[in-house]
Amino acid sequence: MTSAASRLRGLFVPPADPAARAGYADHPPRVGFFTDTSVCIGCKACEVACKEWNAVPEDGISLSGMSYDNTVGLSASTWRHVAFIERPAGPDADTGPDGHDLSWLMASDVCKHCTDAACLDVCPTGALMRTEFGTVVVQDDICNGCGYCVSACPFGVIGRRPTDGGAHKCTLCYDRIGDGLKPACAKACPTESIQFGPLDELREIAQRRVAELHETGQSEARLYGEDPADGVGGFGAFFLLLDEPEVYGLPPDPQATTRDLGRMWRHAALAAASLAAAVIAASMRGRS
Amino acid sequence: MTGGAGRRGRRGQEAQQVPDAEFSSYYGRPIVRETVWGPDIPSYLFLGGLAGASSGLAAGAHLTGNRELGLAAKAAAAGAISLSMVALVHDLGRPIRFVNMLRVLKVTSPMSVGTWILSAYTPLALTAAGCYLTRKSPLLDTVATIGAAALGPAVASYTGVLLADTATPAWHGAYHELPYLFVGSAASAAGGFGMLAVRPDKARQAVRLAIVGATAELAARHLLERRLGPDAEPYRAGQAGTLMKAAEALTVGGLAGAIVARSHRAAAACSGAALLLGSALTRFGIFEAGRASARDPKYTVGPQRGGLRGRPDREPPAAEVQ
Repeated sequence: MTSAASRLRGLFVPPADPAARAGYADHPPRVGFFTDTSVCIGCKACEVACKEWNAVPEDGISLSGMSYDNTVGLSASTWRHVAFIERPAGPDADTGPDGHDLSWLMASDVCKHCTDAACLDVCPTGALMRTEFGTVVVQDDICNGCGYCVSACPFGVIGRRPTDGGAHKCTLCYDRIGDGLKPACAKACPTESIQFGPLDELREIAQRRVAELHETGQSEARLYGEDPADGVGGFGAFFLLLDEPEVYGLPPDPQATTRDLGRMWRHAALAAASLAAAVIAASMRGRS
Repeated sequence: MTGGAGRRGRRGQEAQQVPDAEFSSYYGRPIVRETVWGPDIPSYLFLGGLAGASSGLAAGAHLTGNRELGLAAKAAAAGAISLSMVALVHDLGRPIRFVNMLRVLKVTSPMSVGTWILSAYTPLALTAAGCYLTRKSPLLDTVATIGAAALGPAVASYTGVLLADTATPAWHGAYHELPYLFVGSAASAAGGFGMLAVRPDKARQAVRLAIVGATAELAARHLLERRLGPDAEPYRAGQAGTLMKAAEALTVGGLAGAIVARSHRAAAACSGAALLLGSALTRFGIFEAGRASARDPKYTVGPQRGGLRGRPDREPPAAEVQ
């Protein structure tokens, strides 16, 4: 995969450039999604387009009782998921035709393509890899279905598909973006709630958008995952939210578990040394 | 934040009576994903620990000429690590591709590191047992015995990192203590097996290892629960709590037996069996605690908000409609 020289070079590139860190010397700009949930209308075109383009199998057709959300969550076979949150409307809100005084939050969730991707770090086969675009994909012909990535993801995104035993998740349409096409979900989104592009540009667009919303009095608008200083080094796919992340089923302060790995290994080494010492001590005194 | 997530549309009127909560969730749905690992994995945690510590005990017995204990410990190591490999392969989604583990070595992946440790350790443990049993190739036997004893502690301790290096709240939160808890549990199991298999006058080395191991296991567990405070709830509640309580009782009983009744054959054997079972239940309890902590979003949100600590425990509002 990557040579020692490129790994060494990886030590000297800014952490926000994961493709360079992974050893791509000459690579296209990092791309990602900016999902602006303030304009999401809950049409689920993204879910459908994703399933169609990526030939992702059906994973259960049932009614959840969770508002209009019968998809329930991301999984090995659901790579876009539209959340529906119903709340009491504010005093100025229109009352709907059914008489219910409701306001809506809708948001299309997706793999975050983290700068520090725990799933990729813990993968023991190298099946999960960083692309030249800075995204994270599973190579299905290598994955042996160990399931470690499933437990490592701080967002519960990646899953193991029961029918084939392998781990699957959003590829950010690796097969489309290489040909200059938008990912299927962004292409299908009728309101540009899902925007695709170079991450630097998306961050600027998002900053402008959140400032615009604040000016119109929507002080609850906030960006989620745009900050490279967060626990996963910033998301490759970040969001504009209108409430706390956990309302949408997102972790408020996600951490890449591998950030603590150095300390974990030190504890393990000390524990192993302690066991060795205990064994020697137990064996020595009086051989019986 | 009322109804931010906890409400179902069709029951809106009822849900509005739900009092304000400290934090919300999305219909009570988990945030992180529960592990897809089955009972193979806690079984492996136990067996791998038993094997790793038994190899140390075997080397001690081998080098001091205690053939009975050496044979038992080597047999335990070889048998347990063989079953471990079966469990590890069986748990894969695609078992036929186990060998893909060997195409890379990644220090960022405890599973990768562990696979390489096991790849070196397993042949040594099997060779040490085979040579000792057949009394052939004493030089190879000694080399393999020492090699297995050198790697055994790593086999027993890396599994603490294997669990901790996840987003599973109860496992990651315990990363300071898990390796110590696991080597203690491993030593307790290996010592316990020696007490069970060998008559008391030959089992003194095993008894000493069992006492140190069981004490370390209990101490590490106590430290873990004390440091985590309210966040240790997954270890105390539900099925995990039951397993952990049973494990503690067995380990305490086995430890007491190892101290006071070590020279009585039947009592020592019972104590050894209790320690073995205690070690196994500890692993299953920790495994279950992780699963439970992943299922309930409060264990993910609470520590990230720094909010669950020091506050009376309460269900997230969504739990009421789930």
